[in-house]
Amino acid sequence: MTVATETKQDVLEPLIYDLSVPGRTGVNLPDCDVPETPLPDDLLRDDLKLPEVGELQVVRHFLKLSQLNYSIDKGFYPLGSCTMKYNPKLNEDMARLPGFALQHPLSDEAGSQGALALMYQLQEWLAELSGFEAVSLAPAAGAQGEFSGILMIRNYHLDRGDSERTKILVPNSAHGTNPATVTMAGFDVIELPSDDKGNVDLEALRTVCKEKGPQIAGMMITVPSTLGLFEAHILDVIEIVHEAGGLMYMDGANMNALMGQVKPGELGFDVMHYNLHKTFSTPHGGGGPGSGPVGVGDKLKPFLPGPIVEITEEPTEDEEAPVYGFKMPEKSIGRMKAFHGNFGMHVRAYAYIRIYGGEGLREVSRHAVLNANYIRAQLLDTYKVPYPRYCGHEFVLEGRFPEAEGIHALDISKRLMDYGYHPPTNYFPLIVPEALLIEPTETETKDELDGFIDAMKQIAEEARNDPDLLHDAPHTAPVKRLDEVKAAKDLILCCAPALPSVGD
Amino acid sequence: MGYIPHTEVERQQMLAAIGVTTIEDLFDAIPASHRFPKLNMPPAMSEMEVAAEMQALSEANEHAGDFAVFRGAGAYHHFVPSVVNHILLRGEFYTAYTPYQPELSQGTLQATYEYQSMMCALTGMDAANASHYDGATSLAESVTVAVQVGRKRNKIVLSPGINPQYREVVRTYHQGRGLEIVGDEADADLAALAEMIDEQTAMVAIAYPNFFGQIEDVSALVTAAHDAGALVVFVANPMMLALFKSPGELGADIVVGDAQPLGVPMGYGGPYLGFFATKTKYVRKIAGRIIGETVDADGKKAYVMTLRPREQDIRREKASSNICTNQGLMALAASVYLALMGRNGLRKVAQLNYHKAHYAADQIDQIDGFKVLRSNPFFNEFMVKCLMPVEAVNNALIGEGIVGGYDLGKDYPHLKDHMLLCVTEMNSKEEIDALVDVLKGLAS
Amino acid sequence: MADLKYPEDLKYAESDEWIRIDGDEAVVGISDFAQDALNDIVYIELKEVGEVIEVGEPFGEVESVKAASELVLPVSGEIIEINSDLEDDPEVINADPYGAGWMVKIKITDDSNLAKLMDVEAYKAFNEDR
Repeated sequence: MTVATETKQDVLEPLIYDLSVPGRTGVNLPDCDVPETPLPDDLLRDDLKLPEVGELQVVRHFLKLSQLNYSIDKGFYPLGSCTMKYNPKLNEDMARLPGFALQHPLSDEAGSQGALALMYQLQEWLAELSGFEAVSLAPAAGAQGEFSGILMIRNYHLDRGDSERTKILVPNSAHGTNPATVTMAGFDVIELPSDDKGNVDLEALRTVCKEKGPQIAGMMITVPSTLGLFEAHILDVIEIVHEAGGLMYMDGANMNALMGQVKPGELGFDVMHYNLHKTFSTPHGGGGPGSGPVGVGDKLKPFLPGPIVEITEEPTEDEEAPVYGFKMPEKSIGRMKAFHGNFGMHVRAYAYIRIYGGEGLREVSRHAVLNANYIRAQLLDTYKVPYPRYCGHEFVLEGRFPEAEGIHALDISKRLMDYGYHPPTNYFPLIVPEALLIEPTETETKDELDGFIDAMKQIAEEARNDPDLLHDAPHTAPVKRLDEVKAAKDLILCCAPALPSVGD
Repeated sequence: MGYIPHTEVERQQMLAAIGVTTIEDLFDAIPASHRFPKLNMPPAMSEMEVAAEMQALSEANEHAGDFAVFRGAGAYHHFVPSVVNHILLRGEFYTAYTPYQPELSQGTLQATYEYQSMMCALTGMDAANASHYDGATSLAESVTVAVQVGRKRNKIVLSPGINPQYREVVRTYHQGRGLEIVGDEADADLAALAEMIDEQTAMVAIAYPNFFGQIEDVSALVTAAHDAGALVVFVANPMMLALFKSPGELGADIVVGDAQPLGVPMGYGGPYLGFFATKTKYVRKIAGRIIGETVDADGKKAYVMTLRPREQDIRREKASSNICTNQGLMALAASVYLALMGRNGLRKVAQLNYHKAHYAADQIDQIDGFKVLRSNPFFNEFMVKCLMPVEAVNNALIGEGIVGGYDLGKDYPHLKDHMLLCVTEMNSKEEIDALVDVLKGLAS
Repeated sequence: MADLKYPEDLKYAESDEWIRIDGDEAVVGISDFAQDALNDIVYIELKEVGEVIEVGEPFGEVESVKAASELVLPVSGEIIEINSDLEDDPEVINADPYGAGWMVKIKITDDSNLAKLMDVEAYKAFNEDR
């Protein structure tokens, strides 16, 4: 046992292995009701190093662990670029309906019409919201949506017989997933600078398209940008890249600012991914599961990752529903994962869209943008806000003060915990020094925002008058700041007993 | 409306503070020509109406709540103790995000660390990551690791006994990377796979059990791979590992698979969770989140995401994968499930699977016109050669409330009229006997 | 920043490696500026003895908790020795970047890039501008 020598106050909650007592079990299982077949001794393992814990002890263990977490259900969670909005309880109940939760993914299509109808409808709604021709729900997460989008662009050019296009343009404000995706798809990244207003540097874009046009497969851009800003010259950007022969990929991570405000497909984008776990309220789950459908225009439709749901038989009479079935698009880039996407997330997103309807979703984005601009306006005098424009659903400020030199964004973040808030995103986007990216979402009340604004103002005071209060923060969280160097050096990644020690 | 709490008074106060008169003013950077488009979408609905509509949709499915399910092929109907769902519904877990701020995420971090530890125990490996999207993408990510470890090696040998969809995903992932993926074109056996291994081979992947439920003797193939300097990847069913030798004992360098059988419902295909476990020496090459133990400023034991510089948000275009998150909530489900089952419970469940599947296979083998093709022993799936198309068999079964086996002819042309049946602890003797009776009826 | 060390007998690359020439051989490491910017180094991976590496190509990689950095050879050469002590104690790079923290010894195969490297004054000025 790894903690046998430690006293109780050294740990918040013992590891499940430390609660283990030989002979206990946390489950009541049936006896075997069929004649038994001899087990092949030579193929069996000698021991199984799993813990032995009773049911109530397991419940208490995980309940105590849950209480060590911060969560949306507990309080304000303005984590920029993550869209930590309320996750409706209805969604969870719907996903657990036996007809959805207990459906085998390889069930015959005739016996899956409810699930298929739901997926088809969700495809249609997502396409309409963004002005695209078709949507595939296959990608398991936003990163997979991106990957499938870039693979579609690759195969589109190859299908035209053009194998010279090996480069993808990515603004320097992009999330790290974008360049990583480009590499995964076998392309090279050309990084584009931003101008002093937070837009893509149009001159740089023109120059690179002129010099390297025939090599450019496409461009990835986030709208609104990771700075929370609507790209002012978006139509120009799209036109320049299209004229060079490239396709336009929109990273839809920030779609929560756009619903009913603009349709990316109408702007000229060729492909985009949606994050159902951001915009459409499916839960983040402590780091997944996500869901990252992709929408495309005409050009890329045959290349969609599959399978997608189509109507295989139109209704014969008014009353009768159509028959739905799966189809692999004609020139599909292939499967992104086994089966057909994270269906449980499709169910939740369906429930969410149904509750709001189209006009309601328009209100979602309006209020997300209202909330972000409200906080921004109230903090303008206290913090440096680098771009003097209205923001989208989030905005970035600099977590530093000229008169408090030792204070970093991280210190402000940690101090916010003492005020009962989850910190904003730190150190992203990379192009803003000491960045704090703040995204309130539409589901927070003005009172909640006012409390956060007050906390941010007080912390700014403390930074000047009592900087150690920030340096030593958090004071009220379950643990103090962690020794990340030790974690990276010792690499203790596993506590199961009697295994070779890690690090040898 | 919906989940937006604002009152008109508050909206006006907020607009005044911003210094605009309407919310629309905040969208002036969007080109006017494209601003505020028409949405051809349905109107809002009440919670009651939405619930009723979705209930009706869900009931249009033939699901395991109403039907006896004998289908596996990569997704399995197992018993999930009530505790699992109750823990997953704790808002503290499911409405939290990735533990970027460890001070506020010790619950998620420790639970994930425990998941990693228990997956190490099952697989016989030193370290596991916090999970991938599913078993298929775990396998695809193992290719990336093998190619990195093997430096200039670019040949990947896949056993045809790996789930066909997993193999498709490997090809999707690596289509831009110039790899040679071989081995699974036809019905190659293990000896034929061993022949393909050469000094260009980065990895050899085998399934344990294979897609047909068979437990193959892979020792010669493992030796051949290691002799050539290639990594050996096992695609394993974690439920089987409760009973049978761990891949670690059998020489695996990396073990991947889907941990869906450990507390995650079939859910029409997802979300599941791909596990990924390996030896210490490859830990720095693997993608995805990894949780490690450390201490806080007071010396208190705590957990944190570690080896972060491997990841896309730091390494950008030099990262080996673009994966951001893991399947956090599903990893929690597996963690709770394994804690409840424990050493004895999981073994017992695996034994129930084994005995029931063997019982079913023995019964079906006695029916004229149905021939069981299996290894001796197997785990919980087996092939049956039918006297008629699988579709016809399944149509007969569904009428009796039974979801029959998977039609192998869809993926393996030489296995036309072969059905893959799966029997788990959820199938009572009564259900098995009912299945056998329907098949007997078809034979006569 | 003021107390960072800049030994005079070295040449420096813009990617922050230093090189100490000794006839047709040379020793390479990273500068005090680089180790300071990386912060606590927790891991180093070096290519193997015998590998021939072109100028500008990586000879290894260092990682701190929050960053990863490729190590790039300032001239073309064949690795003839690596500092394997660093594997167990990468923090030595932080403590003594020019001494015990050296990384590889190479046999120079092409020194034409030497002229493009910075001397100590140029490197100091280069760092002040970033």
